[in-house]
Amino acid sequence: MERTKAIIMHQDFVEQIRKDFPILEQKINGKPLIYFDNAATTQKPKQVIDALTDYYSGYNANIHRGIHHLAEKATSAFEETRKAIARFLNAESSDEIVFTYGTTDGINLVANTYGEAFLSEGDEIIISTMEHHSNIVPWQMLCEKKGCVLKVIPMSDAGELLMDEYDKLLSERTKIVSVVYASNALGTVNPIREIIEKAHAYGAVTLVDAAQATSHIRIDVQDLDVDFLCMSAHKLYGPTGMGALYGKRALLDKMPPWRGGGEMIKEVTFAKTTYNELPYKFEAGTPNIADVIALKTALDYVENIGLEKIAAHEQELLDYATESLKGISGLKIVGEAADKVSVISFVMDGIHPQDIGVILDQQGIAIRTGHHCTQPLMQRLGIVGTSRASFAVYNTKAEIDGLVAGLHKAKKFLL
Amino acid sequence: MTINEIQDEIIEDFELFDDWEGKYEYIIDLGKKLPPLDEQFKTEENIIKGCQSVVWLHAFEKDGVIHFVADSEAIIVKGLVSLLTKVLSEQKAEDILNADLYFIEKVGLAGHLAQTRSNGLAAMLKQMKTYALAYTSKELKV
Repeated sequence: MERTKAIIMHQDFVEQIRKDFPILEQKINGKPLIYFDNAATTQKPKQVIDALTDYYSGYNANIHRGIHHLAEKATSAFEETRKAIARFLNAESSDEIVFTYGTTDGINLVANTYGEAFLSEGDEIIISTMEHHSNIVPWQMLCEKKGCVLKVIPMSDAGELLMDEYDKLLSERTKIVSVVYASNALGTVNPIREIIEKAHAYGAVTLVDAAQATSHIRIDVQDLDVDFLCMSAHKLYGPTGMGALYGKRALLDKMPPWRGGGEMIKEVTFAKTTYNELPYKFEAGTPNIADVIALKTALDYVENIGLEKIAAHEQELLDYATESLKGISGLKIVGEAADKVSVISFVMDGIHPQDIGVILDQQGIAIRTGHHCTQPLMQRLGIVGTSRASFAVYNTKAEIDGLVAGLHKAKKFLL
Repeated sequence: MTINEIQDEIIEDFELFDDWEGKYEYIIDLGKKLPPLDEQFKTEENIIKGCQSVVWLHAFEKDGVIHFVADSEAIIVKGLVSLLTKVLSEQKAEDILNADLYFIEKVGLAGHLAQTRSNGLAAMLKQMKTYALAYTSKELKV
């Protein structure tokens, strides 16, 4: 009885939420869409889509400089998002929130400003085996330019970082530790607090790639004492092509600007330019106003449901999927960390991941296959890639049953 | 047979299938039947890298026509590779260059070519034409 009640509540919760996502109503190849590519990007609720339309049809104007009504309205909505992100991450001040194109852009900003100004030959940067290319390449570029050394925290076969090995990598030469909070390829949630604490003990600055974490884990930047944290709006039910960098004020203040142009200046003469204050110093050019505004709507949407409630639902889906997939012979789950977000990667004996993706697509099931922009991680695991299903607030157990049926069919076809 | 005759034959074959299952079973079967490429040709030079799966393409000229042999690690891509080589192999360089591969659209496989990053199939087609182009310019120089 209790169990039946719980199932009905669960169904009601998801049914209500699904109504907010118009894209989920469609059929793909004649089958109802099952969207399990949420780690790549989440779908957008109609509230977010409406916020974009409202902006363009109601108060599109360039921000910060105009004195007319529309400019003021747009500026105020734009800055409201900055405050909302500051609240979402519990930053001390919204001045510590810099708008970016996304997580990748945020990491590049830190590498090109903090890295440029404060790193020199022989300094060391620590990342981990499970980094997305976005948290590898900017540091490699910096190392090449400055003669710094990149060190990598190894991981276990289950997909957990070897913290003892991390201890051995840390030294007085460590200047930056940049690690992913939740792995996009494996789902592993890293012990980020411990990583930060240990880095600080050596005076290193820390950056957390939170792209995959923000929609599943409550983040408190002050509590974590992280120095920089990067996030993307589109993985959090918000628009694509924008995100935010959180940075401690003391660090942002002493960092040089990166891109030059409008907005980031205080005064320009041909002899010399003085730069604007935080956070505008890092925001050159007309920003992505509409999408920034719509991100606030996305954050409100998440907070109205409750991030903890979303996370609990996703955890339930992850547990159900893990059990279900284990029942398929020849299937091996890749990434079995004790603490995971709702990402499940797997390989199947004798079948290339891409073939699985194609056959599932024919059945209306969208998953991701390949190396997930984590080639070094795939090399560590000795595989060409995985198939990955990742769940969001609107997914259901019935859809997971659909995936299992789809995989049985794929096996029948491909083996 | 000319390129278009082969294409028309493939289109006819695909008309037998009224759902995706039959179509993909056929493609997978083609993939399984395509003999694996001789290891000596699986060189770095012959690799066409997609984001998800590798395609190897080896080309050589014999008796005035160009031969293509190819392979892939993914079976569906291998089936599609089999179709592409069937159409373009043992044809004259000029005919390959001028070929309009309408069969891809007609049999409903255009999606596979659009995903250039994911499977390298479009890159393979481009490479086949590049070989043909290289051969025609060689001919012209002589």
